[in-house]
This record gives sequence, C-alpha cells and structure tokens, in this order.
Amino acid sequence: MPASLADLDTGQKARILDLRLQGLERRRLMDLGFTPGTEVEVVMKAAFGDPIAYMVRNTKIALRKQQAEQIIVEPIS
Amino acid sequence: MAGCQCTQAAGCPTVSGNFTRLGINIDNYDFLIALAGNPNTGKTTLFNALSGLRQHTGNWPGKTVVRSEGAFRHHEYKYKVVDLPGTYSLLSTSEDEEIARDFILFGNLDCVVVVVDATALERNLNLVLQVLEITDRVVVALNLMDEAERKGLYVDARKLSRELGVPVVPMVAREGKGIDQLLQTVEDVVTGRLSTRPRRIDLDPQIEEAVQQLLPHLKNLYPHLSNHRWLAMRLLEGDRSIEDAIRNDALADPETGSTVPADEEIPELEAALEV
Repeated sequence: MPASLADLDTGQKARILDLRLQGLERRRLMDLGFTPGTEVEVVMKAAFGDPIAYMVRNTKIALRKQQAEQIIVEPIS
Repeated sequence: MAGCQCTQAAGCPTVSGNFTRLGINIDNYDFLIALAGNPNTGKTTLFNALSGLRQHTGNWPGKTVVRSEGAFRHHEYKYKVVDLPGTYSLLSTSEDEEIARDFILFGNLDCVVVVVDATALERNLNLVLQVLEITDRVVVALNLMDEAERKGLYVDARKLSRELGVPVVPMVAREGKGIDQLLQTVEDVVTGRLSTRPRRIDLDPQIEEAVQQLLPHLKNLYPHLSNHRWLAMRLLEGDRSIEDAIRNDALADPETGSTVPADEEIPELEAALEV
C-alpha cells in the first residue's frame, strides 16, 4: 500500500513511486536523487521526527518532514 | 612520480617531465579550466595535486563554498585551475550552486573537468548532463576507481565516453593515478584537437518550439554569451534567478556595457514564454 516517506520507521526501506510536487521544488528533490523507482532507506530521525535523514543512491540526505510527506513510496518489507 | 611530497609549489619537481605545479602563480595563463562535481568526489584532492596547493579537503557539504584558484604548467601551456563548490545540480537553489553555475556559464572557461564518483555514477551523472547542456568543452574525471573496485564495481570508461560524447578518464586522484592522461585529454580539448559531441536530452516538441521562439531574442540581447539554449530552458522552467538576472542587467557584456532588454523587448520575451 502506498505511503509517504514521512510515514516510514527508522531502518525501513521503500521504493519511490511519485513526487507530489511541481516546478523547482520537484526538480530540486530529483537532483538530490529522489526519483521514481529509486530505493530509499530511513537512516535516522531528529527529535520530534523532523528532519529525517534518508539514504538515497549512496548518500545521506536529510529532508524536512513537510517535503518527505510529498514523496509517495511503496514500502519494501 | 605521483607522490611528490615537497611543500613549496614553486620548487616542486615535475611529475612526469611535462608537468609543473605553479601554486598561486596564476598570471598570464593560456587556458582556464574549472573542476566541478558533486560534493565529496575528490575535486579538491585533484585541485591540490594539480596546483601543489594545500586546500583543506573535508567530508561535509559546502566545504568549498568560495572557489579556490591555482595554476600549473603542462607541456608548453600554462593553466589556471579553479576549484568550484561541490553541487548536485546547477539550478541555483543555494549560494554554492550559484557560484558553480555562474562560473560555468559566464566564466569564459576553456574546459570544465567534471569530477565524478565511480561508486555512485547514477547520482553523479545528473550534474554531468547539466554541464553538457551548457558547454561542450567537458572532460569527465572518473575518480575513486579504487573504491569502486573494492566494492566490486567495474565501470567501462570507454563506453561511458561514447554515451556521453565527451572524454572520460579513469582516476585515483588521491594517489595521482590518471593525472597524466587527464592533462593530455584536457590539452586535446582546449587546443581543439579533440572535438566533443555532448549528449543532450531531446525535448518534448512543444517545449522545443518554445525554446526556438526564445532563442533569437536571447541571441540578440546577449551576443557575447554562448549558452542561449540553456537560458531559454531555464526561463521556460520559471527559474527566478535567471529572470531577475535579465531584468537587472546582470547578463550584460562587461566590455560593451548595458544589454538590458529594451522596453519593447520585455513583452516580446514574455509572449514567447507563454506557449
């Protein structure tokens, strides 16, 4: 069942399905490696769960929860 | 050879008989080259190996925020080399990206060396394709080949070069491996002995049509620039920094002065944007 990147627990992996963003914000996340089909792992969460660090294409990238909520994923068990 | 240990650049012996590090002695160079690439791919390590300088390298984002400059001689040519901040993109969403982008766009470079991490090509090639949209004088330095090998990755540099349409040189910059071949390749590109055919993404026909409508206006306004197509694509994307640069005359030719669009040209540009 699809979820957003912000819904995942630390250590959980998922595959990106879609980015619910437009324009430069979408482009920015894709430049950082968040493209549909890419596998992502939750590495750690800051206090209060924001921001969240993700491992994507061999690099750790932190996103604000608000951004992560716009990235639709399919969890990999 | 590769492990030249002397601390004073000027007194440093040659690496291969053809190469001398010149440190900060950057006057009267023949060619200007820049090192671009994602963060943490070894740009500064390569910069230090070329210039003999000791810029600090560090594994955190934004380490090189201002650009550093150095020089070296290879064969009969003197090169000035500029180490740009590491970026994932050239779309100017941060200060370091803007520095890198503006220098590649407007710096009158003879060659851009894009340093890529052989262990994370998928991530790194995004920036390579963006640089290829701006200029065709590009050499890809395929760095960290030793780490790729340790991870069991084999990268076919010749095939990559064919696909990108520009030369690709495998390297281990930390050990000085591949530097001779990189310098020879850069020389071939800056002297025009080697001409490149950069791979560019085919645009959707509708977008291509819009680009074609904008091109004559941009060429007319900025005859001194060589990247009109890139500017057109950014305008169509709604890149505010480029829009502002046009309105504020920031793209003017420093030698001939103002090229701010005349009042009647702004509506024309805006009309062309509304395809």
